[in-house]
Amino acid sequence: MRMLTFAKRCAKEILRDPLNLLFGLGFPIVLLLLLSAIQANIPVPMFEIAHLAPGIAVFGLSFMTLFSATLVARDRESALLQRLYTTPLKAVDYILGYILPILPIAVAQSAVSYLIAVALGLPLRLNILHALVLILPIALFNIALGLLCGSFFNVKQVGGICGALLTNLSAWLSGIWFDLDLVGGVFSKIANLLPFVHAVELERAAISGGMTDAWPHLAVVLGYAAVTTLGAVLLFLRQMNRQ
Amino acid sequence: MEAIHTTNLTKQYKHLTAVDRLNLTIHQGELFSLLGINGAGKTTTIKMLSCLSMPTAGDALVGGSSILSDRQAVKRIIGVSPQETAVAPNLSVKENLELMCGIHGLSREKRQERITELASQLKLHDILNKKAGKLSGGWQRRVSIAMALISDPSILFLDEPTLGLDVIARSELWDIIRSLKGRVTIILTTHYMEEAEALSDRIGIMKNGRLLVVGTARELMEQTGAAKFEDAFITIVKEAK
Repeated sequence: MRMLTFAKRCAKEILRDPLNLLFGLGFPIVLLLLLSAIQANIPVPMFEIAHLAPGIAVFGLSFMTLFSATLVARDRESALLQRLYTTPLKAVDYILGYILPILPIAVAQSAVSYLIAVALGLPLRLNILHALVLILPIALFNIALGLLCGSFFNVKQVGGICGALLTNLSAWLSGIWFDLDLVGGVFSKIANLLPFVHAVELERAAISGGMTDAWPHLAVVLGYAAVTTLGAVLLFLRQMNRQ
Repeated sequence: MEAIHTTNLTKQYKHLTAVDRLNLTIHQGELFSLLGINGAGKTTTIKMLSCLSMPTAGDALVGGSSILSDRQAVKRIIGVSPQETAVAPNLSVKENLELMCGIHGLSREKRQERITELASQLKLHDILNKKAGKLSGGWQRRVSIAMALISDPSILFLDEPTLGLDVIARSELWDIIRSLKGRVTIILTTHYMEEAEALSDRIGIMKNGRLLVVGTARELMEQTGAAKFEDAFITIVKEAK
């Protein structure tokens, strides 16, 4: 009950920020429309809708990192968290209260991306539902990464690190915009060690119906989600105790 | 009856003793002010008593429960208005109050009753549907105090409640605090001498983490032979080692 009250408040804070809506929903839609327009004129396999849409859905989730990081950092700066620490809320209420409301926002964002993709020619099949279910561990990783950053950095730093650095990192190392094998070498090796490319490949496998290809990528994403969530919980508890 | 009783309450940071063996008793329904210059240990004391910070040594009983071993019980009976304005900026004033009601586990009926009661007491009716982040500093402080009072706490901590407010907003907050006297035990920290003198039943003066004296404003003035409370404060602080 207490956790749900806190979660409801977190959802309201995010959804009432017009910048969040603009970037969270608007940006992926614009990207899909723009790249599909380019694809219509200069066709390249990379930007075919079945290949592009999963990438955009995953890229859009990097904004969830920004949302959760900004929310936690702002709560710390405004002393709202300090006030809440003096109430009967427990540590688990805070963690779940921050994570749970962003999960449906992430799924809704991905659903909108896939709906636009359907309008642009992606076949409307059950695979889209699979992709939406598999978006959950990817979203959890992104949200936990935000919680981790928000527990460590202030609002200004979060804007730079999550808004610029992480967004770019997840874009460059995800294989959405170019084939990583074309670059090869160390770049490709690093990209494969990180979860971004696996998240995109997981979604692509789900959309194409090739679930047997999805499991190794799912394992990597789940591993990163678990480790990042654990790290976020530990860091949040540490700063809570230090408070 | 005792609302708060501290025994050798101490907070030590690496090279600094922020609060040094504090022994203090605050009675139920009393308005007790902690006065001191910057770094005296007022806020650290409040943070320990409100379970925000663990003491390095000693203990305190808040409403009969230990801040070391029964923190959840303490948290259920206290309300805190921190020094910084602590409101959810994108939520309306009513939603901020509802948030605190939910966190304290108040039933739906009780929530409405408390919000109506506090809105009337703190004159919040006109701003209930306004976003808290858009309010002036004075109104945000008022909302902050309302949030601290929503659970009907028996002990209320007000950390520098009028800091940075203009004279009218300060006077209005004083009226609100006065209206709570007797019903709620209030522990107030302030830099303003006239505030402590006007509101407090008793005053404690701290310096370098130590509690120097405790008494009514009149007692402290008589003790130092000062005509004004501010002079009494200065004498006590200057004479302390």
